[in-house]
Amino acid sequence: MTAMYSLVFVFLLVLIPLIGVGSAHLEFFFAVCVPTTAIIIFLAGFVYKIFQWTRSPVPFRIPTTGGQQQSLDWIKQNKWDNPSTGAQTFIRMLLEVFTFRSLFRNTKVDLNKGTGVLGYSSSKWLWMFAILFHYGFFIVAVRHMRLFTEPVPIIFEWLEFGDGILQLGVPRLYLSDLLLVTGISLLLIRRLWDSRVRYISLFTDYFPLLLILGVALSGIYMRYFAKVDVVAIKAVTMGMVTFSYANLPFEQIGASFYVHVFLVSTLLAYFPFSKLMHLGGVFLSPTRNMPNDTRIKHHENPWNPDIKPHSYEAYEKDFGPAMHEAGIPVVDPANRGEQA
Amino acid sequence: MKFHYGMPIFAGLIIFLGLVTFPLWFNAPSEAYKDPEPKLPTEAEVKAAGFDTFACVESTQFMREKHMQLLDEWRDWALRDGKRSYTNAQGQTFEISLQKTCMKCHTSKKEFCDKCHEATAVTPYCWDCHIEPEGYNETH
Amino acid sequence: MAKMKPEELIQGLNYNPPSTPWMDLKADTSPGNWAYPGKPDIVSYLKDEGLPVANPREWVPSDEDWKLPPNWQDIIHQGFRERLDKYRSLKVFMDICVRCGACADKCHYFIGSGDPKNMPVLRAELMRSIYRKDFTLAGKIMSKLTGSRVMTEDVLKEWFIYFYQCTECRRCSLFCPYGIDTAEVTMMARELMHLVGLNINWIMEPVANCNRTGNHLGIQPQAFKDIMDFMVDDIEEVTGVRVKAPLNEPGHEILFITPSGDAFADPGIFTFMGYLILFHYLDLDYTWSTYASEGGNFGLFTSSETMKKLNAKMYAEANRLGCKWILGGECGHMWRVINQYMDTMNGDIQGPQMTTPVNPITGTVFKNAAATKMVHIAEFTADLIKHGKLKFDKSRNDHRRITFHDSCNPARAMGLLDEPREVIKACCNHFYEMPSNTIREMTYCCAGGSGLNTDEIMDIRLRGGMPRGKALAHVQEKHDVNTLSCVCAIDRATLIPLADYWAPGVEISGVHELVGNALILEGEQERTMDLRQEPLKGFEDEV
Repeated sequence: MTAMYSLVFVFLLVLIPLIGVGSAHLEFFFAVCVPTTAIIIFLAGFVYKIFQWTRSPVPFRIPTTGGQQQSLDWIKQNKWDNPSTGAQTFIRMLLEVFTFRSLFRNTKVDLNKGTGVLGYSSSKWLWMFAILFHYGFFIVAVRHMRLFTEPVPIIFEWLEFGDGILQLGVPRLYLSDLLLVTGISLLLIRRLWDSRVRYISLFTDYFPLLLILGVALSGIYMRYFAKVDVVAIKAVTMGMVTFSYANLPFEQIGASFYVHVFLVSTLLAYFPFSKLMHLGGVFLSPTRNMPNDTRIKHHENPWNPDIKPHSYEAYEKDFGPAMHEAGIPVVDPANRGEQA
Repeated sequence: MKFHYGMPIFAGLIIFLGLVTFPLWFNAPSEAYKDPEPKLPTEAEVKAAGFDTFACVESTQFMREKHMQLLDEWRDWALRDGKRSYTNAQGQTFEISLQKTCMKCHTSKKEFCDKCHEATAVTPYCWDCHIEPEGYNETH
Repeated sequence: MAKMKPEELIQGLNYNPPSTPWMDLKADTSPGNWAYPGKPDIVSYLKDEGLPVANPREWVPSDEDWKLPPNWQDIIHQGFRERLDKYRSLKVFMDICVRCGACADKCHYFIGSGDPKNMPVLRAELMRSIYRKDFTLAGKIMSKLTGSRVMTEDVLKEWFIYFYQCTECRRCSLFCPYGIDTAEVTMMARELMHLVGLNINWIMEPVANCNRTGNHLGIQPQAFKDIMDFMVDDIEEVTGVRVKAPLNEPGHEILFITPSGDAFADPGIFTFMGYLILFHYLDLDYTWSTYASEGGNFGLFTSSETMKKLNAKMYAEANRLGCKWILGGECGHMWRVINQYMDTMNGDIQGPQMTTPVNPITGTVFKNAAATKMVHIAEFTADLIKHGKLKFDKSRNDHRRITFHDSCNPARAMGLLDEPREVIKACCNHFYEMPSNTIREMTYCCAGGSGLNTDEIMDIRLRGGMPRGKALAHVQEKHDVNTLSCVCAIDRATLIPLADYWAPGVEISGVHELVGNALILEGEQERTMDLRQEPLKGFEDEV
């Protein structure tokens, strides 16, 4: 049901620019105002969220240790899963952020009710789908820089060339488009297919998936099917990033462009206030970004409360005479039956 | 406002912001973006090239959006099907040939093709087989 | 439950969630689903001690009325806000979960029950749904779409049932791509519940005991001395050697602290004896303490304030007795506290006499304990073994075919994995590992951690013990394993019913019990029995 709501919602989002441009001729609004506002919301929201997180202290070092600790010299430490220095932690984070190392561990429980065997099988599907999607999306995003830079730096030219290296179709098919659409579709299918994941899924889980799928499909439609005037689009995109809005050739650009831009804008504006902020959050996760070193050096808790233990004096007051009788040393002479 | 571990976080944040705002600062020092201006043939040049009407194979907007598709189809028709003539929507017929049709008017790859291709960072593979028409101008 | 056979339990498991959305499912508050609430006098005592507990009263979770304070919603809301401002972990974990479900089948309680709210993601969503409603704009406006809900009494009851059905073992956190740690969420939820008077006696009473008598079990000092004397007698009977047992003596180099559970019951006492034998063998300059006679810290399962107060005794006692460093015994959550909290909380009360621990026998400097000045007994013993300082007769453990259970906290909040194995291998001939997905950092909980080792929820414990039990049964079948060794006092209590249910015939032992058996003491008599006074291999007819 929530998946259906999300789908309907994304369809509505497609309709808005179609009507806005098709009937109301609000090209400037949809091609410049909306994305500019969305980028501002994205940047401000992202910074706000990071500030929010940064304002909360990290009272304790609580890394989840995934291997052997630093111990005796002859015991081999698992430096990447149980780092004890900043550099090792940095590597742990790199592996986490770029290779999704924790997700790579994933297993699946298999209970054979016939034999009663409880088994664990390696289950890297989610990892694979996530890698396909994230790297696909990343390349797609970077590749778009050819439309936002002049002259186009050589690195984006290489990316453009490499991404289309199969030379399939005109314009050439981008491999990253395949990665992105495959990845996001598999993630969506998994979410619908796996009964447990479906059970925990909210509207806010389906919506970003469908929205990103919408972004990808509208982009693909624009490039491979509508074959919009990319030179005119570059004039608009460059006008936007250089804040020079005179004489932009809106009339030369097909409606699919406005749909694409509107969906991307929605995604950007939605990003900071959604679970998509895991992009920033993963860097701030205290179970991953801290070394396992509080036995080695002091970590300061800024709000460490002033709490004293129940004192030994109070303890001996309770049990002193009995302790003395049992032959346990006591401090207070009175407990030894002596005058203080 | 007090921040905790602000230094590394804000350093990371600044790098991130720097990357996502790349187009803003990358383009800032350069002059305002100008549309690529491919050199278009004059009416006289078109006539001299042997065409009756001063118009391309298809409309200008069609060519802007779909020339790659047209050229791709032309190649397939000519090389695979042996079909050598193309009739457009206005009923005019053209010989299917990059060199004998297109480049009769658009004589310079550098002044025409490359202009937009460079602006959009695309590298068509036409010239993997075809001879680049530099110097075509002089011999013509 | 105990009536239900394991096979029946397995047949009844269903990992597919029900059709009813989880927000529409009310928590089952019938008896058996909860541990007994804290007794009013105990809660009052802790309240008087200045700890953040509230609302002492008689109440029963299966009753409709939980006798909450009238403004309980406000208390929870303010408490939630305060903790968001105090813990980045909470704030980030509330915000960034993508509900990918990687954690779903990593929780032992889910595997053993199939209850969807035992999936770590949903356990956290119980709290996240309130967070979104109370602290995010979208959640305030669009409750339904964002999965937000109002804090009602039913939600609070759900919290009580399910946050006391999480052992804070952190297994889910290992698999989470963002390291979201349900233990952290559970701790916060429990802290909030304490503010309105929801607690369990199995945690409250040990906390109160520990504060006053020095240990969770409430053993008073003179009784502690009796227990030790009794153990010294037993050791003499087995070995012929009367070992030293210094207690509360000032002026020694080392203070030894271990969980009191090992002073109390079978089989922990044999580990206790193992320590006594080892230290006597080494002629170690050390003392035990009754004031700090608890290694464990049920404060960890209560609130950070309580944890700090109980933990502070360790340094206080080291200072009082003039000890240079502290040696800590086998315990699970104790080592989470020491490794990840102790120096942060109480480092400032360390006396100037304390120094970076050095093994007086081998000269090894324990650099990894430079700040806390606290060394794990397995590190200590492994170091001795490496330097050839311990003479073992391994055959004295030949009647045991051993596997090793990594306790959650030493595994995932410390990384003490190889040290105990080195010790076991040095003093035993027969050692076999359980399947790799169930040991080391991927170890499964005994399902009695975080203060849930109480008998009134035995059903939940045995279900949660299924993954561990199954792995144990596997090595029992394959390698004829008859002993499950561990470095945790709670394990030594909880794994017994677990093994009886899932792998009958397997006994539980501490690692230093095995050390005590194998260690050759100077002047000892020929040993015919182990510390349990059961015959050694080859002496079956003599005892």
